[in-house]
Amino acid sequence: MATNEQYRICPATGLRIYRSAENLIKANAVVAVVFLAVGGLFGFMVAMTRWKAIHLLPAKWFYLVLTAHGLDVLVVWIIFFEMAVLYFASAVLLNCRLATPKLAWTGFALMLIGAVVTNIAVLQGGSSVMFTSYVPMRAAPHFYLGIILFAVGALIGCFIFLGTLIIAKQERTYKGSIPLVTFGALTAAIIAIFTIATGAIILIPTFLWSLGYISHIDPLVYRTIWWAFGHSSQQINVAAHISIWYLIAAVIFGAKPLSEKVSRFAFLLYILFLQLASAHHLLVDPGISSEWKIFNTSYAMYLAVLGSMIHGLTVPGSIEAAQRRKGYNNGLFEWLRKAPWGNPAFSGMFLSLILFGFLGGISGVVMGVEQINLIMHNTLYVPGHFHATVVAGTTLAFMAVTYLLIPLIFQRELILPGWARVQPYLFGLGAGGISVFMMGAGTLGVPRRHWDISMADAQLPYDFPGAANLMMGLNGMSAVLATLGGFIFIVVVVGSLLFGKRIAVGTTEAASGSGQPAASAVGRYGSAEAPAVPGTLAMVGVFFITFILYYFVNWKYLAEIWPLR
Amino acid sequence: MVHSDDKTGNHPEPPTEDNSEPERIPVMQQILDNPFLLLFLGITIPAVFYVIWGIMEIVHIPIAK
Ligand code: HEM
Repeated sequence: MATNEQYRICPATGLRIYRSAENLIKANAVVAVVFLAVGGLFGFMVAMTRWKAIHLLPAKWFYLVLTAHGLDVLVVWIIFFEMAVLYFASAVLLNCRLATPKLAWTGFALMLIGAVVTNIAVLQGGSSVMFTSYVPMRAAPHFYLGIILFAVGALIGCFIFLGTLIIAKQERTYKGSIPLVTFGALTAAIIAIFTIATGAIILIPTFLWSLGYISHIDPLVYRTIWWAFGHSSQQINVAAHISIWYLIAAVIFGAKPLSEKVSRFAFLLYILFLQLASAHHLLVDPGISSEWKIFNTSYAMYLAVLGSMIHGLTVPGSIEAAQRRKGYNNGLFEWLRKAPWGNPAFSGMFLSLILFGFLGGISGVVMGVEQINLIMHNTLYVPGHFHATVVAGTTLAFMAVTYLLIPLIFQRELILPGWARVQPYLFGLGAGGISVFMMGAGTLGVPRRHWDISMADAQLPYDFPGAANLMMGLNGMSAVLATLGGFIFIVVVVGSLLFGKRIAVGTTEAASGSGQPAASAVGRYGSAEAPAVPGTLAMVGVFFITFILYYFVNWKYLAEIWPLR
Repeated sequence: MVHSDDKTGNHPEPPTEDNSEPERIPVMQQILDNPFLLLFLGITIPAVFYVIWGIMEIVHIPIAK
């Protein structure tokens, strides 16, 4: 097919950027950020309601706003941004034109229409069923329809990603294997296809049920299949944000992975096993055997956890190796001290890595253990855990890479660089705080999705310990910080797109604010040569000690709740 | 500068690593280089171990009389 597509050469990476891919990346990223702003505001309102001293929203609004929050941030913000990542990792990193850009625009339109339709359904008030929409709670039909349209649009995006891989191979735009970042994006796309397929299997009948064409949907079947969709979609995020860690390390430091083979193998572990972790949502559901639960949440999932721990070693390790090559060899941590902490792309990425590993990773494994899961199942511990993964982990990584995309793809300088510099710290601290304090409250038994834990109008009163209220207050304060960080992000991004100085072609690297070496490592295959990474190994040691201590502390808690004397 | 190409496959050399000697590709790399095999595995494994096994267990729950 003879197309006549325009491209430009990225001065920082030397990669070709085709106009069609560039426009799609821009459109998806912009819509993502808009929904982050809307959804983040809803999150703030929810947190202000759960802070007893403020108790902002009335009950009816609380559940409506909580539904909208979950959908807009977890689904719409993240998946729109992931589409931008898929197009970037295929067309840009492979030096290739995008497969069927028109169809990609159709997918984009479907996602946008779907997101708007579902939001309308929620805001109309009859669909406060939370984003999980468990049957037999029934939302308005257009609630499900919107999600289905959105999912079809996202599925189109995944197939365009695969199509672009084929074109790149046919047109020989790269040699050997695809770059590691593209491989990570492929992992995300594969998980996304499974996710969306299971979503369709359960949401299409639920849509028909809401219209009255199907009389009954079994709640346990719904929960089982819905979580294949709901939890696997989180694994798309993990694969995508880890790819972004590698990308930022390559662009800012010229870092090569410690071992291409090992990193790819870690992604392969994700492809094979990560999605099985969905089962931990069903750990207390009767009717499903312990064999199924334990196989899916432990034996198989630990192989995926092994994948995450490999990335947790190799990403900082590759940065350390690159820094040591530049001569930062003093002591264990000179490479880290001398890292560009004032560059929000780096600080955001590194905070994302630490918070995701220490808070999200450890708490996820603890919750996946059938016995100790009982202490915190369906408590606020659960949102605490996933705010560490999807907010401090994924969202912060996506924010960090946005600071690179603005000069590289949008070709604008950042406005308010001082604000941008502090933003990852504010957001990271806030997101880390909401995670820790929700987990703390959950450990004390505070339920999730609950409008009033003082049980003011309940027939059976119940008093939570004072510490629980303290946790909720600290959670509220952290929410203020996170919201401020989110607000600054939106101001800097939207302001830069509208008013940022246009970057003359050829100066992009300087404008990325990093002042770092050319970033062509991102598009290449190859490992760092025989690196020594003692600092990273020390950090990994601290991680393991924390992990082991926290794991056993939870068994101790369990023993106290249920003593054997 | 904006460029355009005519999709005849005559690209200027992309910035990939020079690796010209013909080599035998190890099996593991062949697997990792095959996106559709990975797609197949990534769908089949969770479909069997999570979805099908899970649904079979639910179907076997006796119906209350
Ligand atoms: C300003 C930032 C944010 C704040 C203050 C915040 C706060 C909260 C709070 C307090 C809850 C309610 C927990 C409950 O009562 O059960 C919640 C739920 C939730 N949040 Fe956030 N959040 C923020 C950002 C995000 C982001 C960026 C994401 C996703 C990427 C996210 C995903 C969710 C989800 C999925 C729920 C669960 C909704 C449900 O239970 O149906 N949040 N959030």
